[in-house]
Amino acid sequence: MNMTTKSAADARHLEADVLVIGAGGAGMYAAIEAARRGAGRVLLLDRSLIGRGGATVMAQMTVAAAVGPDDHWEHHLADTLAAGRGLSDPKLAALLCEVGADCILEMDAWKVGWARSGDGFAAVQAPGHDRPRCVYVDFLSTGPAVSRALRAQVQRVGPAIRRIGEVAVTDLVVQDGAVTGAAALHVATGEALTIGAAATIVATGGLTRLYARNSASLNMSGDGYALALRAGAVLQDMEFVQFFPIGHLAPRLIGMDPIMWDPFRYKLGGRLLNGAMEDFLGRWGGDAENGRYSTTRDLATYAITKEAEAGRGSPSGGAWLSFTHVPEAELRGAFGPVIDRLAANGIDLTRDAVEVSPIAHYHMGGVRVDTAMRTNVPGLLAAGEAVGGANGANRLSGNAITEALAYGRIAGAEAARIAASGETPAFSPAAASEAVARLVASSRPMNTAGMVARLQRLMSRDVGPFRTAAGLARASQALGALRAEVGEAPPGAPGVAHDLARLDWFDLRQMIPVAEAVVQAATARTESRGAHQREDFPETDEAWRLNQLLELRGETTTLSRLPVAA
Amino acid sequence: MPIATLSIHRGGLGEAPRRDAFEIGFEPGESILDALRRLRVDRDPTLAFRYACLNANACKECMMLLDGKVVYACTARLEPREMRLDPLPNKALLRDLATVIAPPDERLAEGGSAREGLAREGLAREGLK
Repeated sequence: MNMTTKSAADARHLEADVLVIGAGGAGMYAAIEAARRGAGRVLLLDRSLIGRGGATVMAQMTVAAAVGPDDHWEHHLADTLAAGRGLSDPKLAALLCEVGADCILEMDAWKVGWARSGDGFAAVQAPGHDRPRCVYVDFLSTGPAVSRALRAQVQRVGPAIRRIGEVAVTDLVVQDGAVTGAAALHVATGEALTIGAAATIVATGGLTRLYARNSASLNMSGDGYALALRAGAVLQDMEFVQFFPIGHLAPRLIGMDPIMWDPFRYKLGGRLLNGAMEDFLGRWGGDAENGRYSTTRDLATYAITKEAEAGRGSPSGGAWLSFTHVPEAELRGAFGPVIDRLAANGIDLTRDAVEVSPIAHYHMGGVRVDTAMRTNVPGLLAAGEAVGGANGANRLSGNAITEALAYGRIAGAEAARIAASGETPAFSPAAASEAVARLVASSRPMNTAGMVARLQRLMSRDVGPFRTAAGLARASQALGALRAEVGEAPPGAPGVAHDLARLDWFDLRQMIPVAEAVVQAATARTESRGAHQREDFPETDEAWRLNQLLELRGETTTLSRLPVAA
Repeated sequence: MPIATLSIHRGGLGEAPRRDAFEIGFEPGESILDALRRLRVDRDPTLAFRYACLNANACKECMMLLDGKVVYACTARLEPREMRLDPLPNKALLRDLATVIAPPDERLAEGGSAREGLAREGLAREGLK
């Protein structure tokens, strides 16, 4: 390793009142709200392009919000808490439901284009909801429409929000226990960058990239969790990774999101069948669907995995999803041109079933915050999927975008208040020197892409929806070996444009401790609940109505437990 | 298993461009992006190209030239022949197949500017360069 003698003085520096890390739904809403509440210099960063990376743009369809005439956010809250299997923080969940509904209405004024039905919004009833509550723009592109509307609104705000893409934040800067900004890799040039900010919002989404098959994007490496943990913040409920049960498995389908079968199920029901083309959900505790989409995500994930393990899966190891009983005219009526895109992939739904299986989709856990989205670290807030607590052990369908918008708005308002208060110390380059030294360090070549693939395989094998003590121990050991291999300095040299091998190294540095946090929490929770299923502890244990908290003390991540907040 | 030969433009701005050829087996239906991602894992982790979403055609970042025509790497299918991949010709080159496609007002300005809110210390240093 060849640590250069460069220091923070070599990095480009930007100053902001409010720094927002991540430009998905949560980050863009936070930036808009911070500017509206008077922050004059909001800096909105994304490691990809603004409004095009992350999970929001990948959302297919449904956004849960109590905006119908006979609905109330308290009904939505009851369903959210029930889905959370006893672990949701009711105050955070209430904010999701109440503020989320306001955001949906505001987004309507920003011309997102919610689908209409009569005088109100069109809505579908997703599994786990007591009534039709999920609004949408389009059956397959609600996420892109939400991203587009927010980005247009960010642009309308004007110069108060400076947007910069291709910036991967690698560390938060901590002074006297407060976050005062960040250090980052400017991916386009390979150069180091520092940012000073009175308030910093982590809006980086979840950790689905830890798994080989996932439904989000390259960007969801859990980096926000690692940033927050290192800065002294507390993580909670890290063991609860939601797997979306019917991710596309086979045949190879390109140019379409692997969770695209969800809207098909909403509209057309469809049949989930085992390798012998038999109904099987009932065998694992599900109800006969009778053509309706009613099975919750954790139960469907359980049933598909167990049926395949019993040797009754589809040829690629999942289940069949069939619409062959649906007349072609009805398929076309529901999905028009999408039927042709499927045909280009060799899939004729009138004739062929497709194979589906669970795919990493969302993370219920995350950064622990109060009702203003503040972490325990002054100057540091979180928003969106990066926040843990509202969704407990299992997230209700349609709550992810709502959560992004609501928490983004709340965090943006609080960040503007903090910036105006002057309560955070001013950024000092000296505090960023270690982070910058890492960004400008050089080292031998490494196959970091191969290491990311290894991490994804080991997490999929041993830390998927079903866990055992032995599998978790194996994962822990493999992660330790990977950590040693990654070492202390990135491969190559600074200043190389779009250096993905180096970017992967910085990602691994975030992914490994986050994967370890999932393993640590999953090992400790000796029961099964929601998205965390222990094959060696198959029962839900009322004594485990506890949230597990993780924090870094020195070099060690320590775990503690708290009764669920009232 | 059919085999595609990807002939890929390599090198960054100011470097003499070269081409690398990779033979890669594929399952029918797989995309160019599937192959590029696999090449990074198995053969050359330094290969540079852009993408954020995974074959969903949502991020629209993976535009490049296939045999001289603009395609999305995530929707162009592999074929059992030589396939020539080049960066977009009308965009500034970053490296290999990656080009500068961010809107100008969403980039980190070269050399910094007052609009970026650069700290005084940073500005002074930029001036010295």
